[in-house]
Amino acid sequence: MSADLAIQLSELKQKVEQMEPGKQNKLAMVVFSGDLDKLLAAMIIATGAAAMGMKVVQFFTFWGTAALRNPGAEANGKDFMSKMFGWMLPNGRNKVKLSKMNMGGMGTVMMKNLMKKKNAPSLDQLFDIAAQLGVEIKICEMSMDLMGFKHEEMIDYPNLEYVGVATFLAHARESTNQLFI
Amino acid sequence: MADHNASKVLDLKGLPCPMPVVKISQEIGTVKVGEVIEVHTTDPGSLSDFPAWAKTTGNEVLETRQGDGIIQIFVKRLK
Repeated sequence: MSADLAIQLSELKQKVEQMEPGKQNKLAMVVFSGDLDKLLAAMIIATGAAAMGMKVVQFFTFWGTAALRNPGAEANGKDFMSKMFGWMLPNGRNKVKLSKMNMGGMGTVMMKNLMKKKNAPSLDQLFDIAAQLGVEIKICEMSMDLMGFKHEEMIDYPNLEYVGVATFLAHARESTNQLFI
Repeated sequence: MADHNASKVLDLKGLPCPMPVVKISQEIGTVKVGEVIEVHTTDPGSLSDFPAWAKTTGNEVLETRQGDGIIQIFVKRLK
């Protein structure tokens, strides 16, 4: 009888959990964009949310993955297409450009100078703060494969993980907030 | 004016968003529950950000003062 009750209780718990998703004080964010402006917004919101006491999980996918490349790292054994992608995509967060007013790179340089003048944190600083505050970064494995990136080419970041869409969805459904940037 | 017996002064002048809330979230744990941190900031966004941060994290903004381009915010640790 008590075993029966235990099973019923666990089934009931599961049902209640399914009825009440989004109860955790957590932000699940997709970082799809590889543009400087959108990455800045993503990192400012992520660090801000962590400062507000929220758990933050960022999923980098598609163009966003290029921002996580480590320019100092190299990978061997890449095929022709992967090498092409490697040359054409930004090699890390300091090579990404503005989505508007880039003007052949001039706009991006001007924006970075302006940010320095205004003391606004750079992407480098924001990633540092994110790591300090425990912001979790997950990378879409399929995007890595599509772009031809290898794990050893990506940045050093605490507990960096390579995941699929189900991981994002599992986090998203139990989070109070979800964003797609 | 009363200084709320602040046990710590946090100088965040010149730091823009999101640094003020990042710093207070890192520093609040360095004082005891019931103690007060006095924050100096030049970021006007802090006027609304600190109360929002306090409400979410369960702490309290006791008072906000403005003058000479510097904003003083008194934050009490409640938990």
